[in-house]
Amino acid sequence: MNERVKRTVAPILLLVTLFAIWELGARVAHVPGYILPPPSRIVATFVLRFGLLWFHSVTTFAEIVFGLLLGSAAGFLLAAAVVYVPVLEWAFHPLIIASQMVPVFAIAPLLIVWLGYGLWPKVVVAALIGFFPIVINGVDGLRSANRETIDLFRSLGASRWQVFVKLRLPGSLPALFSGWKIAATLSVVGATIGEWIGASRGLGFLMLQSNALLRVDVVFAAILALTLVGLLLFGIVRIIERWALRWRRRVAG
Amino acid sequence: MRQERTERGILEAVGLSVSFPSKPGRTEVLSDVSFAMERGTWTTCLGPSGCGKTTLLRVLVGLIELDRGRITVGDSVEPRANAMAYLPQQDTLLPWRSALHNAVLSSEIARHPRAESLSEARSLFARFGLSEAERLYPNQLSGGMRQRVAVIRTYLAHRDILLLDEPLGALDTLTRTTLQGWLLDVWRELGKTVLLVTHDVEEALLLSDRVLVFSPRPALVRARIEPTLARPRSRTAPDFVTQKETLLELLTGEGI
Repeated sequence: MNERVKRTVAPILLLVTLFAIWELGARVAHVPGYILPPPSRIVATFVLRFGLLWFHSVTTFAEIVFGLLLGSAAGFLLAAAVVYVPVLEWAFHPLIIASQMVPVFAIAPLLIVWLGYGLWPKVVVAALIGFFPIVINGVDGLRSANRETIDLFRSLGASRWQVFVKLRLPGSLPALFSGWKIAATLSVVGATIGEWIGASRGLGFLMLQSNALLRVDVVFAAILALTLVGLLLFGIVRIIERWALRWRRRVAG
Repeated sequence: MRQERTERGILEAVGLSVSFPSKPGRTEVLSDVSFAMERGTWTTCLGPSGCGKTTLLRVLVGLIELDRGRITVGDSVEPRANAMAYLPQQDTLLPWRSALHNAVLSSEIARHPRAESLSEARSLFARFGLSEAERLYPNQLSGGMRQRVAVIRTYLAHRDILLLDEPLGALDTLTRTTLQGWLLDVWRELGKTVLLVTHDVEEALLLSDRVLVFSPRPALVRARIEPTLARPRSRTAPDFVTQKETLLELLTGEGI
């Protein structure tokens, strides 16, 4: 077996083994379905209740996407401001770090108070949580332009705007995409938390509701759907990254 | 040979002095450097590493302020930066742009019409052996190819004087030799005035109409040599070897 095949097969094998143990354990020990349903039951629920899961997934997906966009825009603007105006960095840096010490759980109820039960509090929670990696990576990325290249631009009479658009911005993309991949993952958590605090739809809402009804199989099916939503999002970011950073690949074409 | 030239050329630098802040006081980097260049000629600054040759180029393009001295380009003192295109020593190709789009960066910054710049760059690529490189990204190019693209980019700034800071410094000997010939072709065909910085005696002798020999820091012009060699020059010609000896002696200070 070559390396590539091994790399694909190994995680699948591990997953299958774990699920087999779970399946066997649940059946042999006669664990009730409202405590730990076997994987086969979860898959069956996932298929049978697909319409319901789809309905709630769309909401959660939309919250995450809007949250990510909002968090990215705010994060990138702040990163650019900080790079160009040093005093802003001194002003914001401690606050940004401190803001990360405040659990999102603590803020989410306030957002419900301020923004209501609709889409927006979840979008804001997802944005808040994705904001941090974008700022940090954005600042690093925008600063990555080297001195000599900046001098070259200056010697050519480039304006500050040209230096930003033609040098700093494209140079920041590798770091920004690293940030986006982290943010995409974290935003899933953000949106779910938002839905737990108060919602009438979305996978987080479905989980809480099913949990209260002891429909643990639906909770698991929702977790599975949430995982797929997260993976889909991560995949989309990866595809955009591969396109935007195609110059990194060594082979022509 | 060491007499001051006073004839007016395309560029005249008189008494350039530059110092940087240091502990304590200031360190002098350029000390009373004077020279002149005539239109279409090739001048080389030859000096030991770290002597301040790069500082000289950065002064000329206006990246560093002068303590004292005067730079005249053509008939005007300012704005001189518009007369010069600078090629920094380190690799400054933008990795996310193809070779062709790297080459048009300078004209793009000057807001030249895009289509026009691209077609001009294409024809230069074809003329100077870079056609296959057009669509490749810098990380797909060899060191020699990258430097060629960088030189074409410098040319496409459409300025009269090209300032080249050790453009062949990071290359292996073979590529370096090839590119020296290539640089001469470009210079001859495009008719620009060139100021090259190098610490390679042979390179200076092979390419230049005039060599300015710099002392170690603080740099001052120790000698001005005009190689009396017919072009194309050969490294093995007896005259070449003799003049190389002279230059080496000047460089190491033994000739003074």
